[in-house]
Amino acid sequence: MTTTSEATAVGRPPTKAAGRRVRRSGSLTPYLFLAPYGVLFIGFILLPAIYGIWISLHDYDYLLPHQPWVGLSNYTDLFKSGSRDGADFWRSIRATAIFTVFSVPLLVTIPLAIALLLNRKFPGRTFFRAIFFTPYVLGVAVVGVLFRFLLDPTIGMLNFYLSKVGFSGTTPWTTQVPWAWVGLVGMTVWWTLGFNAIIYLAGLQDISPELYEAAEVDGATAWDKFRNVTLPGLRPVMLFVLTLTLLASANMFGQSFLVTKGAPNNATRTAIYYISQVGLQQYRQGIAAAMSYILALILVLVSLLNFRLFREKDES
Amino acid sequence: MNQLYVPLSRRGFIGAAGAFGGALALAACGGKSTPPGAAGGPSGSAAGGAYNGPNVTLSFWNGWTGADGDYAKKMVSEFNAATKNIKVNMNVFQWADLFQKMPAAVTSGNGPDISAMHGDDIPTQAAQRVIVPIDAIANNLKLSESDFAPAVWQGGIYQNKRYGIPVDVHCLGLFYNKDLFEKAGLDADKPPTNKDEYMNALDKLKSKGIQGSWVSPFQFTGGLMYQSLLWQFGAELFNEDVTKATWDSEGGIAALTFMTDLVKNGYSPKNVGQDADYVALKNGRNALNWQGIWQVNEVTKLSTAKIGLAALPKIGDKGGVWGNSHQFVLPRTQGNDANKVSAAAYFVSWFTQHGADWAKSGKVPAVKKLAESSEFTSIEGLKPFADEVPDVHFPPAVAGISDAMTAMYDAVNAAVLGKSDPASALHSAANKASQILAQNKKKYG
Repeated sequence: MTTTSEATAVGRPPTKAAGRRVRRSGSLTPYLFLAPYGVLFIGFILLPAIYGIWISLHDYDYLLPHQPWVGLSNYTDLFKSGSRDGADFWRSIRATAIFTVFSVPLLVTIPLAIALLLNRKFPGRTFFRAIFFTPYVLGVAVVGVLFRFLLDPTIGMLNFYLSKVGFSGTTPWTTQVPWAWVGLVGMTVWWTLGFNAIIYLAGLQDISPELYEAAEVDGATAWDKFRNVTLPGLRPVMLFVLTLTLLASANMFGQSFLVTKGAPNNATRTAIYYISQVGLQQYRQGIAAAMSYILALILVLVSLLNFRLFREKDES
Repeated sequence: MNQLYVPLSRRGFIGAAGAFGGALALAACGGKSTPPGAAGGPSGSAAGGAYNGPNVTLSFWNGWTGADGDYAKKMVSEFNAATKNIKVNMNVFQWADLFQKMPAAVTSGNGPDISAMHGDDIPTQAAQRVIVPIDAIANNLKLSESDFAPAVWQGGIYQNKRYGIPVDVHCLGLFYNKDLFEKAGLDADKPPTNKDEYMNALDKLKSKGIQGSWVSPFQFTGGLMYQSLLWQFGAELFNEDVTKATWDSEGGIAALTFMTDLVKNGYSPKNVGQDADYVALKNGRNALNWQGIWQVNEVTKLSTAKIGLAALPKIGDKGGVWGNSHQFVLPRTQGNDANKVSAAAYFVSWFTQHGADWAKSGKVPAVKKLAESSEFTSIEGLKPFADEVPDVHFPPAVAGISDAMTAMYDAVNAAVLGKSDPASALHSAANKASQILAQNKKKYG
C-alpha cells in the first residue's frame, strides 16, 4: 500500500507539521504500532511459507502417519521429462502465462479509459461509477455459472445472438482454444475492471488541477495534457494497478475451473488450478508445495522486472 | 500404512480400538468408559436395533447439494421427531469441499459423527484414516452380501474391512425426448435397446434435422457414458490387481470411437459444453442422453417436454452401466463417545431401512428387497434403473483410484473435442494412469 501513499504525495505537498508531533522518546513506539500486523504477518504468512518449504521436501500427505523425506526430488521431478507432473505442470504455467499476457494489458488500459470518462463532470456520474464497479462485488462462483451459460457453444446466449446477426453461431467459447481464452479473458475484464477503474479514479483526483490550468495556458491540447500531466501523475498508481493485476491474473483459478473445466484437454487448466488438484484432490501436498514455490519465484521475478521498468522510466 | 508409526495418545488409542468393534460393545454397557477389550458381551441392542442411552447430538455431513439434500433433510427431521434421545444435525457441502474439509476436521478432532460418501471414495479415505472400520455395525445390522447386488456390497470394503454401509445405487440410464421421437416418426414408447435400433433412431432424427445424441466431453456425463460403453464392448478399466490401466484395449478404443463417430457423423454437435447435452434434451434439441438417475425428479416434473426413461441400450455385446453407491461411513473421532457410536449405528440402520423413501430423491435402494418392494417400484421413472443394477460396474476399491480415473476423463475430453484420436488419447492416458497406480501403491500400500 506504499504506492497509494506515494500517489497522494504526488498531488499534495506534505504538511510540515506531520511527523513532529510524534514523541520520539519511546524507542519501542514504531514497533508497537507494527506489532498487530507483524503478528498476523509472521503467524499467517511468514511461518506457513517457511513450513511450506519443509513440506516441499517430503512426499507429504498430512493424513498419513509418516511423511517420507525426498529431498529436492519434488523439484527435480518437475524438470524431468516423463515424470508424473512435469509436463502437466509446465503446460499449466503456460496456460497461466497466456491468460496473464492477454488479460493484463486490457485490465490496465480499459479501466484507465473508463476512469478518465468517469472523472468528467456529467449528470448521473455516480450512477455510472456504481454500474462499472458492480460486477466486482459478485463472487467468482456467480460470475462463473453466469458465463458458462452465456458462452456455451451450443446453447449459449452469445452464440444465439451471433447467429441472429449473420455469424455461424457455433464458436466454441468454452471448449476450444483460442476461443476459450477469449471467453475467459473477456469475462475477467468485465468482472474486475471496476476495481482498477476506482483506483485510477482516486489517482486522477489527486492530480492537482493547477497543473492542467498551467498546461492550458501553455496551449496544450487534450492529448498533450493526457501525455504530460495525467500519465506522469498516475505513474505510481499505474505501477500499483499493474502489479496487482499481474498477480491476480497469475492466480486465476475459478474462471477456468467453472467455465471451461480446463477444456480442451487441459489447455485452459491454469497453474493454481493444477496445484489445487494435486494438493487437495490427490493429497500430494509435497509436490504441490514445490510447484507453488516455482510459481511464486516466477511471480517475484516478473514483479521485480515490473518495478525495474517503472523506475527506469522515472529516471529517464 | 503401518499402524505402528502412529503416535497414539491413550484417548486416541481407545478411539481407534473402540472403532474396531469394541465401541459397540462398550455402548451396550451403558456408555461407561471401560478400557477397550474389556467388554465382549453381545451388543445387538445397541448397534442399530434401538438406542436407549442418554440424549446425544450427532453431526452428519454429506454432499447432497441437489434435490436429494432436501429429501435427506426431511428424513433427518422425521428421524429426530421419532427418536427423542438422538438429535441429528445435517450439514451439506459440495462433494469436492467435503473431501477437503472433512480430513482436516477429523485430524483436528472437529469431524462429524456420521458421513456419507461414494463407494469409490471409501478406500482413499480409509487409507488416510479419515474413516474407521465398522464391521461390527454391519454384523449387528445383520447385513449380508445376499441382501445387496455384489458390486454394491463389495464397494464398502477396503483391505478386508468394512468401512461403508451401502444406502443406494445411482447409475446411468437412457433419457429420451418423446416429443422429438414423435416428430421423427419413432415410437415414443419404444426407446432403442441395441446398436441397430439406436443408429436407426438417430438416422430418422437426422433426416428431420435433429442431432439426436449429443456427446459431452466432460466426466458428467461423457466420461460416464464412455465407461458404460467400455464394459459393453467387453473391456475393463484396469487389470485384475489394479496395477495397470487397460482402457486402451480394443474394446476401450471401440467405445470411445463410437462416441467420436457420433460427433463425426453429425449425430452430435461438436464442442458440447458442460451439461449442454442435458439442457438440450430438455429444450427439445437433443433426443437421447445417457444421464444419471439423479435427474429423474427434474424431468418427470417438466411441463415443457415429455422425457422418457429407459435402461441404457446395449451398443456392445454385453450389459454395462456406470454406477456408484452412497454409503454411510463413520469418521474417526477423538473422544470416542460410545453413546455417539451407538446412536450413529441406530441412525444408519434407520436410514437404510427407509431406503425406499430415500429412493424418491432419484436413487435405487441398495437393499435388494427394498428395490423390489412395491413402495419403490411405484415411484415414477425409477424402475428401469433398478432393472439395470445387475449390469452396474463400480470403480475398484483401491486408494487413490480417482487420480488414475482422471487420466481417463482427460482422454475422453481430448478425443471428443477432436484434439487427439481415440486410440492415442487412450494409450497415453493409460500409460500415465499406470504410472499413477504404481506411485499410489507405494504411497498407500
